[in-house]
Amino acid sequence: MKALEIKGLKKSFRSNFLLRKYNILKGIDLDVEKGEIYGFLGPNGAGKTTTIKCVMGLLAPDAGEILVDGQPARRTAARQRIGFLPENPYFYDYLTAREFLFFSASLFNLPATEVKDRVAALIHRVGLSGREDLKLRKFSKGMIQRLGLAQALVNDPDLLILDEPFSGLDPVGRKDLRTLILSLREAGKTIFFSSHILQDMELMVDRVGIILDGAIRRQGKLSELISRSTQYYEVVCDHISAKELSRIQPVFVRRDGQFIITLASDADVNLVVESIIHNSGRIVAVNPVKMTLEDIFFSEMAGEAFRDPTSRSGGTGGPGRPAATGEKT
Amino acid sequence: MKPAVKGIAVNTFRESARNKMFYLLVFFGILFALSSKLVSFLTLGDAMKVLKDTGLAAINFFCVLIAIFTGINLVYKEIEKKTAYNILSKPVSRDEFIIGKFLGLALTMLTALGAMAVIFFVFVAVSGGGFDLKIAVYFLMLYLELLIIIAISLLFSSFTTPILSFIFTVSLYLIGQIIWTYNEFAKYLAIPLWRAFTQVLYYLLPNLNKFNIKSQVVMGTALDPWALLFSGLYALGYVLALLALTILVFRRREFQ
Ligand SMILES: Nc1ncnc2c1ncn2[C@@H]1O[C@H](COP(=O)(O)OP(=O)(O)OP(=O)(O)O)[C@@H](O)[C@H]1O
Ligand SMILES: [Mg+2]
Repeated sequence: MKALEIKGLKKSFRSNFLLRKYNILKGIDLDVEKGEIYGFLGPNGAGKTTTIKCVMGLLAPDAGEILVDGQPARRTAARQRIGFLPENPYFYDYLTAREFLFFSASLFNLPATEVKDRVAALIHRVGLSGREDLKLRKFSKGMIQRLGLAQALVNDPDLLILDEPFSGLDPVGRKDLRTLILSLREAGKTIFFSSHILQDMELMVDRVGIILDGAIRRQGKLSELISRSTQYYEVVCDHISAKELSRIQPVFVRRDGQFIITLASDADVNLVVESIIHNSGRIVAVNPVKMTLEDIFFSEMAGEAFRDPTSRSGGTGGPGRPAATGEKT
Repeated sequence: MKPAVKGIAVNTFRESARNKMFYLLVFFGILFALSSKLVSFLTLGDAMKVLKDTGLAAINFFCVLIAIFTGINLVYKEIEKKTAYNILSKPVSRDEFIIGKFLGLALTMLTALGAMAVIFFVFVAVSGGGFDLKIAVYFLMLYLELLIIIAISLLFSSFTTPILSFIFTVSLYLIGQIIWTYNEFAKYLAIPLWRAFTQVLYYLLPNLNKFNIKSQVVMGTALDPWALLFSGLYALGYVLALLALTILVFRRREFQ
């Protein structure tokens, strides 16, 4: 059984007065295995938050099925074993961190003694020790994010759904969060998190799903996605004129008086390197370049009819919308 | 009670209890109620009657003000600031959220009215009016009216903006004060269809005058226990109907 399974999820929004329909999610299919870290990757406005809100029952899907541990997600009870961190969380500013965690715990049916120990442990775990009795209005963004994680863990969930958990964290915070997520996987939890920052993913996810314009473009093991993607080589050389080089290899770029040639196979590399040396050029470096997640991401985006990112209204009117409507509304 | 409902209710109460505005309004309510003494000096006639009349009116006014503002604000803020996401993404149903909010608001009003009521009750006694139990009954009736008001504001704020909620709630409150005069008007409605329509409205709109027993309290005339009982049942029924409607609206609500 999957920890989370989404089949054919569709969601549209209507603008209030024009009654115009925007299809935001166009059939999301993804599945998260138990005990893995799943990275939900996509650019701004792709529909990550919308998908997550459908899972959490904050939005009602138009079509499709969402199963958590094999049970329909729309059931209230399905959320008993889920921990959720919303995007840009905001919590009651009149409460202290400790009060807030007790309040969060009260929304689950948990034994009181268990809650007390867990709240104390969580405050320590997310690095808020010493701040637990401070009112949240005095919390910084990063501290709120940490508290958000603590409240997501208050029911000791099996599945964690984190919407942009790395946003607002400094490098130390990022590292702490990475360590925390890895230790949660160690403890057998499933972690599903969204991000548009590829670095966050590359360092720890087991599988990724790439969402673009309301649909999943690729999903798979990170190692597979990367190894399947073609590697290429970069040959850097100098002491050769552009004219001579163009006879060996017509396509190259010039940077700081050196030439960079991109080649697809190692056979090509041998040939080109030999010819350059033969022409008394100097080989500065030969770099095998592995395709990164970033490259996969950009190659998927390039497959899209390219849209100027500046036409998006404030970063929210993503590719899901026809470009022209950004200005109208 | 489910722990989640209790948690939401307690937190709602805590929110008002940590709001300076709440204390300010309660304070002004008490201040105005006590200044009825001053008014009773300055006016002719039975000083005790004037004292009760103006004092109760002041408490009534400030309680209604608190009810409308907290009722609208507390739910709207949960949705606008997205703190509701945090509750509804837990195993808490929409129904439980609304019921918890209502109970929290009811507790808030109990505290506000309770503070004013106790002080005023003692104040009347000290001023030579004795322990007037009718005043206690007045406060009980006022509390029922306040429950209806918070249920109304809860309904509106579950689907519209605070400004519209405010306008709607205040309008319904004012209509509720005068609707008992409807039968006087109905006589002049010649078109039967029109009359039938207004008749339906008459039964649907809240008849808040039922809870106003100030004249009996001030004049010292007898209270009709059956009328009081009926008012109690009316409040109960009305609040339950409003809550059911709010839940129906809120169940369909999306959190974008
Ligand atoms: N209430 C709404 N009405 C209309 N369109 C909406 C609404 N909410 C979101 N959208 C649109 O849905 C699209 C997806 O939004 P969503 O918030 O899911 O993106 P995202 O992938 O989470 O982006 P980000 O990385 O910026 O958080 C965007 O184009 C956005 O403009
Ligand atoms: Mg988002």
